[in-house]
Amino acid sequence: MKLNGSEILLECLLEEGVDTVFGYPGGAILNVYDALYKYRDKINHILTTHEQGAAHAADGYARSTGKVGVCMATSGPGATNLVTGIATAYMDSVPIVAITGNVATTLLGKDSFQEADIAGITAPITKHNYIVKDVTTLAQTVRRAFEIAKEGRPGPVLIDIPKDVSAQFCEFEGRKPVEPKRHKPKADDVEKACRLISESEKPFIFAGGGIISSGACGELFELAKKISAPVSCSLMGTGAFPSNDELYTGMLGMHGTKASNTASAECDLFIAIGTRFSDRVTSDSDKFAKDAKILHIDVDPAEIDKNIKTYQYVISDVKEALIPIIKGIDKKSKGEWTNHILSIKEKYQIGRSHIEELNPNSVISVIDKLTDDNTIITTEVGQHQMWAAQYYTYTKSRTFISSGGFGTMGYGTGASMGASIGMPSRRVVHIAGDGSFRMNCNELSTIKHYNMPIIIVLLNNGTLGMVRQWQTLFYNERYSQTTLDRGPDFNKLCDAYGILSFKAESLEQFEAAFSKAISLNEPVLINTLINIDERVLPMVPAGKPINELILD
Amino acid sequence: MTKHILSVLVENRAGVLSRISGLFSRRGFNIDSLAVGTTNDETISRMTIVVNGDEYIVEQVSKQLNKLIDVIKIKRLKEDETVSRELALIKVAADGKTRADIIQIVDIFRANIIDVSHKTITLEITGSTDKLQAMIDLLSPFGIEEMVKTGMISVERGTNVITLDK
Repeated sequence: MKLNGSEILLECLLEEGVDTVFGYPGGAILNVYDALYKYRDKINHILTTHEQGAAHAADGYARSTGKVGVCMATSGPGATNLVTGIATAYMDSVPIVAITGNVATTLLGKDSFQEADIAGITAPITKHNYIVKDVTTLAQTVRRAFEIAKEGRPGPVLIDIPKDVSAQFCEFEGRKPVEPKRHKPKADDVEKACRLISESEKPFIFAGGGIISSGACGELFELAKKISAPVSCSLMGTGAFPSNDELYTGMLGMHGTKASNTASAECDLFIAIGTRFSDRVTSDSDKFAKDAKILHIDVDPAEIDKNIKTYQYVISDVKEALIPIIKGIDKKSKGEWTNHILSIKEKYQIGRSHIEELNPNSVISVIDKLTDDNTIITTEVGQHQMWAAQYYTYTKSRTFISSGGFGTMGYGTGASMGASIGMPSRRVVHIAGDGSFRMNCNELSTIKHYNMPIIIVLLNNGTLGMVRQWQTLFYNERYSQTTLDRGPDFNKLCDAYGILSFKAESLEQFEAAFSKAISLNEPVLINTLINIDERVLPMVPAGKPINELILD
Repeated sequence: MTKHILSVLVENRAGVLSRISGLFSRRGFNIDSLAVGTTNDETISRMTIVVNGDEYIVEQVSKQLNKLIDVIKIKRLKEDETVSRELALIKVAADGKTRADIIQIVDIFRANIIDVSHKTITLEITGSTDKLQAMIDLLSPFGIEEMVKTGMISVERGTNVITLDK
């Protein structure tokens, strides 16, 4: 059948199982929006307030569902507004496909109205990108884009479509989508890994986001139980291993626990799975796990020996690697080593004694108490993000959605929308700081319009808390430009958007507000006033070895 | 720091060169030279990239290049098993007094004179980087007005060939 470029694009999206896209129209992408009107019964388009919100929503959708998220925007400023969202997805290996309109091919390169070289701009922050200059190559390009987004280490792909191409007609034939092959490990590498694990007396497992994207949580659990090793998850790996399990020792690195950071320093085998040794994890990489052999299992060969020199590696989809490894290793019972680490965990529990006061710990404990295991927690970036990772109990994958690598303030509101749309049967609680929330709170109108029942817990300390914490510790309390003493009144802001809100100045008020929010099926914001000098602890000062922790 | 030669097969598409050069700049790798042209299959280009760095750098360069969708294959060439050539066009100041001396140097290096004027001689020389440098050193005293180099291109000795299969 003959279709125009815009219809071909939408047909290809349907082929890939896409039923929801996030976007914002404009001149150069008008043809696509015209086709969306025709396809409105098949493709649900969520109109955001700003393209950045659409990009973060596609990302939150992808992280919560495991499917590819799709966002679209017009040329020039529309496209550049996606950039922060694409970079966020790139750093955290999230599969999204971003579609941009561009000026007609005859106007490309002539500084035309709303023209930007978005393929050039996004080259460093996409797995790959395309400019489609010939409508007959459009279908194969869209299909390939989805394959690239999903295969191996996932990531964002951008397709730029000039306006004449989205209008031109050509023959279109449907096709079933190709599921990318999973990379299998070399038998020899698996054997060596098994031997290392079997010989190890003090193994320590560190699991990253690769476990979640590969769907290997079950295998991780099995491995840990079989060798009775302590387990830590990176921020991106949060939820990959149940955080209420006995063997779980908490985060590792800059805001890692005493138990995990000690385990990394004292273990004889550091088993890193689906993780890339970010500087926030290793701190001083020369002193990181220096008494241990490093066994690195990851799908991306470029991560092996990039930040940390390995003793042995397995390049593979982590699920495909873990299955034979579990078979090939000896069972170990919990011995002296694991008990030693677990006793440190017991002795240095994160969290505080004054749990009856209104503080980040108590607030998140209340959320933990009042929500079920399927609840999705989204965050912004800063102190509240660390508190949300530390104090909430995550027992399932894809329940903690946060910008790890790029550290994008303003990420969470869009991401919470994506999660809410992607997983309508689950409750989404967006834990936000006031600094980050102010950046993209324009999306409240989107949340209201589509009645997304997101509970926004605004941990409002009137400051850029994480930066203030550094200023307190390392800059002699010179609070340069971090005090946010200028509103808005977040409750009045919610009134303006027609969103129900509460103010909590005590833990009782917070608990009452949260209980009420959870009983409703509509968006609610709880403006929770916490102390300006709350800190994230433990903490490793930048550049120090991670076992030199500040505990209080 | 040593020199490493990478031979890279890439899709012959718009934007490939900028993706590759962009990767080098944003990862902080230094390129000594980069030469590119199509192969006998016109949909495929072959690049010869000379990288200066230690083993870690070259390993990273290769792995990161491999992640680019347009890159089909990368091979590190061993210097002693590789034939490498570079071409330079050099315009040297020459008048009646110096012309004969310059022509003598050209003969010794088996270079070719491709243009002559009252004040200059333009010559082409092909060879290894060392040979080119030796000639440049000898010509410098006469005054080099202009010089263009292609960058090094390399191919393995013997029957070894770099084929398309990844």
